[in-house]
Amino acid sequence: MHIPDGYLSPSTCATLYAGSAPFWYTALQKMKRRLNTQAVPLLSVFAAFSFVIMMFNLPLPGGTTGHAVGMGIAAIVLGPWGAILAISVALTIQAIFFGDGGITALGANCFNMAIAGSLVAYALYRVIAGSAAMESTRRVVAAAIAGYCAINVSALLAAIEFGIQPMLFHDATGAPLYAPYPLHIAVPAMMIGHLTIAGLAEAIVSGGVVAYLQRAEPVLLKSTAPGASLDGATSRGLKPLWIALAALLVLTPLGILAAGAAWGEWMPEDFSSPQARQQIAAASSNQSPPIKAPEGLKKLASIWTAPMPRYAPPLLKSEKFGYFLSAMAGTGLILVVFLILGKLRT
Amino acid sequence: MKRTFVEKSIAGLAAGMSFAALAEASAREQSGALQRVDPRVKLAGMFALIVGVAASHSLSAIGAVFLLAVTLAIASRVALADLAKWVWMPVLLFSGCIALPAVFLTPGDRIGLATVQGLRTAAFLLLRAETAVSISSLLVLTTRWSNLLKALRVLRLPVVFVVILGMTYRYLFLMLETALAMFESRESRTVGVLDPADRRRLATATVGVLLSKSYQLSSEVHLAMQSRGFRGEVYVLDEFAARAVDWAWLGLFFVVAAAVAWVGR
Repeated sequence: MHIPDGYLSPSTCATLYAGSAPFWYTALQKMKRRLNTQAVPLLSVFAAFSFVIMMFNLPLPGGTTGHAVGMGIAAIVLGPWGAILAISVALTIQAIFFGDGGITALGANCFNMAIAGSLVAYALYRVIAGSAAMESTRRVVAAAIAGYCAINVSALLAAIEFGIQPMLFHDATGAPLYAPYPLHIAVPAMMIGHLTIAGLAEAIVSGGVVAYLQRAEPVLLKSTAPGASLDGATSRGLKPLWIALAALLVLTPLGILAAGAAWGEWMPEDFSSPQARQQIAAASSNQSPPIKAPEGLKKLASIWTAPMPRYAPPLLKSEKFGYFLSAMAGTGLILVVFLILGKLRT
Repeated sequence: MKRTFVEKSIAGLAAGMSFAALAEASAREQSGALQRVDPRVKLAGMFALIVGVAASHSLSAIGAVFLLAVTLAIASRVALADLAKWVWMPVLLFSGCIALPAVFLTPGDRIGLATVQGLRTAAFLLLRAETAVSISSLLVLTTRWSNLLKALRVLRLPVVFVVILGMTYRYLFLMLETALAMFESRESRTVGVLDPADRRRLATATVGVLLSKSYQLSSEVHLAMQSRGFRGEVYVLDEFAARAVDWAWLGLFFVVAAAVAWVGR
């Protein structure tokens, strides 16, 4: 995800440098105030740590390996402001010294990975982990989700920055001057790799390292877990979450009672069916939909056909039973993923 | 035989260190042309060149800057084989993979399967990426890191940021060596193949150990700094003195940067 020179126009680069500057300034002020003389050595050593982590090859399920940025674990141990600075410094050294990521694109790379990534990771970790005990599995899951989402937000930002280039910058013949792919290619191309391999690498590092620190050095997790006790006395465990999940599962059939498709989730055929048209109009304060399905919708709808269209696998005769089964299968898949993540802890 | 993730990580860490060693050795080569130029001049001039390349809309102008970079590399006794191995090939592989589909996907006047516009956009991407990275590598290969850091002050970066960058660079190698030693010791004690879950546990535990070592190290460094009188204020010695020849270099860099941007406006 390190954007090289030549992929973004000078004006995009300048905008992202300017966008990053206030975060760098605030982060530096906050760290200086909080740590006083300790800020310089702590940030330096952690920047070196972030740099080394980016060079690790992590084994992923399925036999592949991937690289992580480490924004999740940096945000959890250092807090968001420390992570912004440590990762920015690591990215600066990578750009200047190792040519990994461009010098003009450094502002963009820092904005995507160090700033957006650290803030997203920190916010998600704090929200999901709540006041769970220091050694609870919930913290491991929270860290894994935080890392996964943070790297994907960074990748999405990079994809958007790439995707707007051909719209804004092309020569007289129409040839794009910088990154050549428009949004509808750049976003999926970037996200497929990050939703799978890179996201998983980040989730494993964040979750796995939190699990390790819980056993070996829980003190390092303390600064971003103000409500948690080190001995686990306040732990309520995961039980309330499991109960809520079970309740939601039992309520799944409610979806069948709802009439028509969810607003905005129409299929191209819905625009030609009188019954569906009526439902769309009724749900849109009596605004009648266009006579024909929009061209863009028709074109995009044919790109991907889900294995279970409308939550009903084709082999099942009853659509309602299929809907229920899909809910079970979806929940099951998500649980399996997190059980594997939970296993990392032991 | 398929390499394990430990071996891959060792190879990656070792490659990072050997490039750094190459850069340091090359920067000490006093007979090279660029090595003798004031680091501040090189930094400002080469930054201007990279911006000029980014702003230019002319393939031939960017190509000319690339040739200039090659000429400067030869004059500075930087082996072209090293540049090819460390800089040109990795960029060609990475940006080439990204640029290739654009040759066919970009809408425009078709020649066979490709389009004229597609070929142009791919050429822009590759040439700009290669030229910019050649210039930035030349900067690193002809300037000692400590001098480069001090020179960063001309870009008006806060002193504390420059000091952090310098310390990071110093501890980077300690961390790389520590990580390398941890992987090597594990590798030497491993017989057979680890199962995937154990591999992941090993990787995350290694990161965890490195993290807690970082924490201890930063406390020790902090104490050491305090005992030598550090009170939170940082200073950098500025002993550079630009000579007439340095001003000439600066003029050359700026004229070329302005020309490449103006020709391709």
